[in-house]
Amino acid sequence: MAVLSKIATNDRHGENSPYFDGWKAFDRNPFHLTRNPEGVIQMGLAENQLCFDLIMDWIRKNPCASICTAQGVDWFKDIANFQDYHGLPQFRQAVAKFMGRVRGGRITFDPERIVMGGGATGANEQIIFCLADPGDAFLVPSPYYPGFDRDLGWRTGVEIVPVHCNSSTKFRITRAALEEAYEKARQDNINIKGLLITNPSNPLGITLDTDTLKSLVNFINEKNIHLVCDEIYAATLFSSPKFISIAEVIQEMDCNRDLIHIVYSLSKDMGFPGFRVGIVYSYNDAVVSCSRKLSSFGLVSSQTQFLLASMLSDDDFVDKFLTESSNRLAKRYNTFTERLEQVRINCLTGNAGLFFWMDLRHLLQHQTFEAEMKLWHTIVHDVKLNVSPGSSFHCQEPGWFRVCFANMDDETVEIALKRIEAFVLQGKEIENTTTKKRLLPNLRLSFKSRICEQGVLSPHVMSPHSPIPQSPLVRART
Amino acid sequence: MKLLSRKAMCNSHGQDSSYFLGWQEYEKNPYDEVKNPKGIIQMGLAENQLSFDLLESWLAKNPDAAGFKRDGQSIFRELALFQDYHGLPAFKKALVDFMSEIRGNKVTFDPSNIVLTAGATSANESLVFCLAEPGEAFLLPTPYYPGFDRDLKWRTGVQIVPIQCTSSNGFQITEKALEEAYQLAQKRNLKVKGVLVTNPSNPLGTTMSLNELNLLVNFISSKNIHLISDEIYSGTVFSSPGFISIMEILKERKLDDTEVWRRVHIVYSLSKDLGLPGFRVGAIYSNDDMVVAAATKMSSFGLVSSQTQYLLSAMLSDKKFTKNYISENQKRLKQRQKRLVSGLEKAGISCLKSNAGLFCWVDMRHLLSSNTFEAEMELWKKVIYDVKLNISPGSSCRCTEPGWFRVCFANMSEETLKLSMQRLKVFVDSTTKTNHSRRKSLTKWVFWLSFHDCEIVNGER
Repeated sequence: MAVLSKIATNDRHGENSPYFDGWKAFDRNPFHLTRNPEGVIQMGLAENQLCFDLIMDWIRKNPCASICTAQGVDWFKDIANFQDYHGLPQFRQAVAKFMGRVRGGRITFDPERIVMGGGATGANEQIIFCLADPGDAFLVPSPYYPGFDRDLGWRTGVEIVPVHCNSSTKFRITRAALEEAYEKARQDNINIKGLLITNPSNPLGITLDTDTLKSLVNFINEKNIHLVCDEIYAATLFSSPKFISIAEVIQEMDCNRDLIHIVYSLSKDMGFPGFRVGIVYSYNDAVVSCSRKLSSFGLVSSQTQFLLASMLSDDDFVDKFLTESSNRLAKRYNTFTERLEQVRINCLTGNAGLFFWMDLRHLLQHQTFEAEMKLWHTIVHDVKLNVSPGSSFHCQEPGWFRVCFANMDDETVEIALKRIEAFVLQGKEIENTTTKKRLLPNLRLSFKSRICEQGVLSPHVMSPHSPIPQSPLVRART
Repeated sequence: MKLLSRKAMCNSHGQDSSYFLGWQEYEKNPYDEVKNPKGIIQMGLAENQLSFDLLESWLAKNPDAAGFKRDGQSIFRELALFQDYHGLPAFKKALVDFMSEIRGNKVTFDPSNIVLTAGATSANESLVFCLAEPGEAFLLPTPYYPGFDRDLKWRTGVQIVPIQCTSSNGFQITEKALEEAYQLAQKRNLKVKGVLVTNPSNPLGTTMSLNELNLLVNFISSKNIHLISDEIYSGTVFSSPGFISIMEILKERKLDDTEVWRRVHIVYSLSKDLGLPGFRVGAIYSNDDMVVAAATKMSSFGLVSSQTQYLLSAMLSDKKFTKNYISENQKRLKQRQKRLVSGLEKAGISCLKSNAGLFCWVDMRHLLSSNTFEAEMELWKKVIYDVKLNISPGSSCRCTEPGWFRVCFANMSEETLKLSMQRLKVFVDSTTKTNHSRRKSLTKWVFWLSFHDCEIVNGER
């Protein structure tokens, strides 16, 4: 008899995707400024590491936000005991207020609709469990975050039907693309239960405009399907146009609010992926109720709720943080894109996120995904940058790459840029000396030998929740 | 088209069960020594509130763990970023050592075989997702923790088939009961994937005997199925016979590294032993690498907050602390259980002899108007609304015999426990008098009660 379930043994967790190959390369040879300056620089991790100084300063000044310090220990017992899936009231209030602030105070969120999830990972799975049955499907505009294959479909049995967006429309989600995807699904007898978007977008690094958002609302309203908006990058906005939440759009529209749901998290905006703070916010009472019961499977640690309730209620701190974070992200983004432009590498004009969407189509030997993978392997193993190939995001056009910029210090930025510049310029030298346009032959050879040595294309086990080898926590000994 | 999923619309979350209804009543009228001395005393909540002072004193002596520091240096950034589903190595090591210590170091656990999850709730669900398909079944001895209906069945689509245990032998699992459960599953066309037991038992408060453990190993061997041993109460064993973990049995029978070995999985949590349910610290321990691998990936949906992992790794690595805590906590539980038992005795109520857990399994069959579950519900409502104690009726735990109730003792002060026993005695004394009158009066009383119910339900705190 089969010992384990299909879920336990199938591939739907997505970890055998080549997306994680780059992680493996990084893991084996991680860059460190002094200890391993030739190592692979991690640019595949969408983390926000730019503002920890502000947070740490706040923590030092607010010892009573911890239930373990002398100042806060009186709360220890009640908080350690608190497992109510409604969550600490002060936590919900603080999160609701924070979400409103992030949207420029234009929206008020109701703390009673704030439901916890185990990070956005848990929150996304949770909302899908509420809205769809096994075999149902959700439309998701591509390119999209690879983790969705797991989060929306692994244990839920729900399918993803991609809505293809491409560079000809600057990757905007068009009504035509939605209708096409929906119609095709219908013909294939696939029951579409909703549309899930990420706004600001991962991997594109752009916010959706009002017209697009309105068109999405009209679409789902007409089809009577759900709209889930993953707004996890809401506070990573660093330039215009401003971020418009679905919450704002529905205020001015006639739509069935029972279809509208928001997923949020503090992993990107605050840089707290370790704290596992996911939020489900629904305008549908039944979904709030069901989701709250489901949250039992992934509640936020009460210790963490308590800390964050205090931090996010500090209006001065929040204002300062949001402004400063935005400034630092802008600076980082501009540094990269300006330098890349000088070596004729363009990116999709972005205004949010922790990454940019880089256009390397002109460096592909052929406009194929095989060529994209080849180029990617060269970048990972020879240029030694772990960037993420567009195909891992289900992008329909080869040649695009997501490059993260907020998870490293300034010195590392400089080194990464120099490597890219060197790579591009070397390529140009060779171009000038040959009749055909092709990639660096030397690099390709060494790349080929690497494939044989390391079995790079073989499946392995890595994860978006993978360790950061240089973190002292991983090497910790008791 | 139906707007929501079937899972959203059904009752499998189990929250309409009486177990939770009692909680709701308590919420409306909670006892407070000063503010609401006539309110309902919560005795339906299996929490361990007896040893917080020990934790608090440890915190006072260990400011680094509190302040995101190690050796005086801040590690906030590393913790905030740490989302590795393999978990903090130092925490896993400390946790497995703690688990060993609780088992008198008769077994050791390998940190690489442990998976951290958001509470035992998540651990149990994830294990079932890994081991069974929708529509397949797990056998569970009754009575069992009501939350299992949600944790094991709701999203997984897996069924529970009961292994009937009765008071005739102290609710112990018998070979006959195991076989009957298996046959019942077959009759219902359900493929049995495993057995899940809670040891020490919730709601019985007893540890499994050597005989039962051996029976289980034999049974899963012969049927080629899994065994999940939820040992969430392992640290609450306060008197003899001691706690025997399933791992010990496997070791003794020299079953290490066999097929059976790989089909035995343990669930653990710090919610009961350390009294930290809010921190959501659960764990799956398995000897099967594939289970560990699959469960690790699944834990992405419910990881333990790194902040909490760090605090607890420091705490549980302090062996002096853990040694003292384990023994002191057990002492206090023993004492408190004694108080409950003697209080019940004074009211003429007996309970199953217990040696673990945060509750007693109380025999109120003699107070039933008839040997039925309707009578049990009647009695329960009286206890909630008149005696003002929230206790858990056996039917909510799927007990097959009416009249048993689970009563918790570790989630309140001694004075409150004393008061609850006084109220119970008053009730029992008056009931005894009332039982002497005719059936007609009882019917009237029940009618009055249900009218009274409405008043309470509509009342404010």
